[in-house]
Order: sequence, then structure tokens, then C-alpha cells
Amino acid sequence: MNAVLQPYETPVTPTSKISVRNLNFFYGSFQGLKNINLEILERRVTAFIGPSGCGKSTLLRTLNRMYDLYPGQRAEGEIIMNGKNVLDKSQDLNLLRAKVGMVFQKPTPFPMSIYDNIAFGVKLYESLSKAEMDERVEWALNKAAIWGEVKDKLKQSGLSLSGGQQQRLCIARAVAVKPEVVLLDEPTSALDPISTAKVEELLHELKQDYTIAIVTHNMQQAARVSDFTAYMYLGDLVEYGVTDELFIKPKKKETEDYITGRFG
Amino acid sequence: MAGDKSRGSYVSTEEQQRQIAARLVRQRIQDAVFRKTTLSFALFVLLLLGAIITSLVLGAYPIFEKFGFGFLTSREWNPVTNTFGAANAIYGTIVTSFIALLIAFPVSFGIAIFLTELCPIWLKRPLGTAVELLAAIPSIIYGMWGLFVFAPLFAQYVQPFLTKYAGDIPLIGQLFQGAPMGIGMLSAGIILAVMVIPFIASVMRDVFEIVPPVLKESAYGLGATTWEVVRNIVLPYTKAGVVGGTMLGLGRALGETMAVTFVIGNTPKIAASLFEPGASIASTIANEFAEAGDGGHISALIAIGLVLFIITFVVLALAKLMLLQLSKGEGSRT
Repeated sequence: MNAVLQPYETPVTPTSKISVRNLNFFYGSFQGLKNINLEILERRVTAFIGPSGCGKSTLLRTLNRMYDLYPGQRAEGEIIMNGKNVLDKSQDLNLLRAKVGMVFQKPTPFPMSIYDNIAFGVKLYESLSKAEMDERVEWALNKAAIWGEVKDKLKQSGLSLSGGQQQRLCIARAVAVKPEVVLLDEPTSALDPISTAKVEELLHELKQDYTIAIVTHNMQQAARVSDFTAYMYLGDLVEYGVTDELFIKPKKKETEDYITGRFG
Repeated sequence: MAGDKSRGSYVSTEEQQRQIAARLVRQRIQDAVFRKTTLSFALFVLLLLGAIITSLVLGAYPIFEKFGFGFLTSREWNPVTNTFGAANAIYGTIVTSFIALLIAFPVSFGIAIFLTELCPIWLKRPLGTAVELLAAIPSIIYGMWGLFVFAPLFAQYVQPFLTKYAGDIPLIGQLFQGAPMGIGMLSAGIILAVMVIPFIASVMRDVFEIVPPVLKESAYGLGATTWEVVRNIVLPYTKAGVVGGTMLGLGRALGETMAVTFVIGNTPKIAASLFEPGASIASTIANEFAEAGDGGHISALIAIGLVLFIITFVVLALAKLMLLQLSKGEGSRT
């Protein structure tokens, strides 16, 4: 699987945001990703599916080099974003992560007020006046479709919100710093169906402005929200293509087995 | 069908019901005994605390009867003339502990942050073990080391240096003047700092480690630096543990006896300079209990013991208040 796997059908404005080339990833001596090649397209939602341990979260965590926090984890190959290799030693990690936002499986509001949760990331890179910051907070909360629910309690702790609200708060927090890419690692697996629907709706909104990569265990979700889907298995990228085609007419037998539930 | 008899039918017989009832009674008794036993152990703690407070108050009563609350503010401590005032010892205890905390808190904080956030994996275990071993050294060894090794070096190199460079600064300059003897309030404070660092550092390290990695990742994911993550995420999340660990260290510093007695100089006086010898509550008691006779001396020692107890209690109460105050800054949760 050395050839670059391109989506079969080219959309109208197919600019590649991130090119992953010959990516290998190691947890110590265990190889978590095996020679991954793919393009993540700009202003599209790309979903990663596959059984647990297939490497989809690992792949996501290489895109903002989150793995760098842990000794013994390393990546080889290239991840080209804006013409630069993200994996380069010279890459400024804080800058990269400001451009590539991340939302996690469990909501992770910071132990501070709702307002400060949003302002936290913004303050790291911009010095805004109080009024500008107020505006930015409102903007981000609006983007995450949660403004109406929290506008009267911005001073309350982020932990006082329900699980679904907390997750949308985290999305607002990621959006507030105006990143270019948003990575979502199973963002709805801890949420009830109603909150899940809200987050999915949100993804449709967000892709107007951002490139989105989402890892999910829920195949219906991948089918609903994504433009492109990648199926991974045991560290390999098995199939990558336009979501509708991959779900209706997968090219590989393994993919078909997985999406029809005949897997293992 | 031999099995039928032993297995019985689905409806239990009277005999079986009797057995079940008997077992239930037995279990209730066992439970009650268990409950009462643990309750009595817990009450024992209260009893012990009450007994100690009572004997301290009773023992201290004569001296308060004689000097009133002037005992707390008087600086005269003379067993020969039977005049006693606790101000010197209270001052010594508070100042040495304050110095200790002033040094120990930032150092411990640095150790804990390095161990949890920055330390390469191969160094983590040896360094962590070293910190724990430091906590295991008996205080008398710290005292000996302080007197025989630390004090001479301190007098020869550090004190002249401090006098030269800090001695002329307005206000704080006078803290660093006087004869460089090696022993004194500052030395006692520094030795105390060394003693409490391992306690504070290991508590801080333990609480920093319970911060969920994903919470830290969220902050790193926004582009925060290690310091920003520590300052805005780790500290607020662990503030109870950090304050608790610091109070543990302060409690130990306030009550530390042996090491302080070695290096504080044991002279009951209040001097402007930190180089001057002094006395703390614990060191005064340790020095004098053996030759204390009737006529108030014993009562005076017990009284300062009671004062020490109260100081420690107040410190704990203040810590609780501080935590309440801190959690308000987080925004309400309702």
C-alpha cells in the first residue's frame, strides 16, 4: 500500500490541507501505524473508522503531535501542512497546536468559568481588549451552538454544564482560537443521542470554515457527517474514499465486512 | 432418584426456613458487633484528643492564672526568678517556620513539576525515590548535620555574602547583619526547609499525577506551554492537594524539635537580625523539661505547648478558609 490513496472522486475545490506521506508510528517497539499515505482535504469532514486499536486515534494524535508529550512515542515520515513538514524537529509545537485544534472523547472543561474556558486559548496568542474578548467568546459559543444556553451564566464553572453542553463548550474552546484544522477524537461517544445530534449538526456548520478530521466508532455517524472516510485496521489504512461510495460500494472485502458488521 | 431428597423441592421446608432465619439473626449480630467495634476505635481518637487538650489546659492553667494573657506577649523568660513570657518562643517558632516555607514551597513546587511534567523517564524513578528517602531521614540526623556541617559552611561563606550584598538594602537589610555564627534563626529556617521539602514535594507530585492526561492535552492542544498548562490547569485542579501538602510541611516545621534545637542557638530573645540565635517553642521545651521544677516552670512549658497546639490548629483552619476562597474563583457550580 505504498501508493498515495486519493479519494476516487474529486470534489469541486479539492485543495489538500494535510498530506500524510509514508507515516509510521511507534509506541516504543510496537508499530501503531504502518506506512500511511493520505490527503485530508480542506473544508471537508474526513472520518476515520475501524475497530479499537486500529490506529485511528494514533493517526489523529500525530497531526498535532500530541504524542510528543509522552516519551517513547515517535513518528517517521512526513505530514505536510501549509507546505511544511509538521514532524520536523524545528516545528514549533505550540504554534502547530494553535492551528490544529483538538476535541476529545470525554468533555474536558477546564476548572474555571465558562467565559474563561473560551478565553484561555485566545489569551495565549492574542491580546484582546475586554470588549473584543467578549465578542470573541460570544462568537465561539455561537459557532458551537451553545451561546443561547450559557449566555446568562458565563461566570459559572464549566463543570456545572451537562455532558453534552460541556462537549460543545470544548468545541467552542477549540474554535475560539481560529484554528485551521479541528481534530475530533470520538467526540460523541460519551453523549446522549440528542447531544450527539447537536454536535453532528455543528460539524456541518464548522466545515464551512475549517478542515475537520473525526475519529468515530459509530459508522452511521461517519456516514452522516463526513465527506470522506478512511477505514483502518491494525495500523494499516485499508481503504479511503468518498463516504457515500465507501459505504455503498466498498472496494475492499475487509471494508465491506467491517461496515456490514460481519467483521471478526 | 436418590438426588431428589438431598436437593429438596422448590418450596423450602420449615426446617430450612428456620435455618435461614437463624443465619439472618447471626449476620445481624455480626454486623452490629463490627459496627460497634469500628465506632469505638473512631471514638478513641476523639477521647485521646480530648484527654490531651484537657491535660494541656489544666497544666497551663496556673501560669495563665498568674500572668494572665500577658504571658503571651511578655518577652521575659527566666526560670530563676519564675517569670515567664512566651513571646520569644512564639516569635522563634513562627519566624523559622515562615523562612522554611518561603524556601521549601517554591523548591518543592519545582521538584514536583519537573517530576510530573518534564522529567525523562529514566530519571523519574531514581529522583522520586531520592525525594522519599530524604523524608525518611530522622530529624536528629538533620540536626547533627546542620550543626556540624551546615552551620560552619554557612558562617564561612553564606552569611558574609548575605551581609555584604543584602545587608544595606533598606528594611530587609537589618535581617542580614550581625556576627556570622552559623547557628541562629536563619540556619534553623533553612534546615527546616530542607526537612519539609520532601514532604511537600512528594504530596505535590502525587496530586499533580492525578490530573487527567486528557485535561492537560486539551490545554496543550490549544497551544499552551508547559508553564501555562501548569499555571492554569494543573494548579487549579490540584489546589486542595497543594495547600494540603504545604500545610503538612508547615505543621511539621512548626512542631519540629530536634533539628531546630541543634541549630537555633537556644537563646530566648527577639533580635532584628536573622543571624542572631533565638528559641522556638519546641526547642525551649526540649531544652528545659528535664530541669524544670515546680513553682511555675513546668506549667509555663505546658502553656507554650498549648500555644503551639493552638497555632497549628489555627494554621489548619486558615488553610481550609483559603481553599473555600479559592474555589469561589472557579465560578459557582450550580
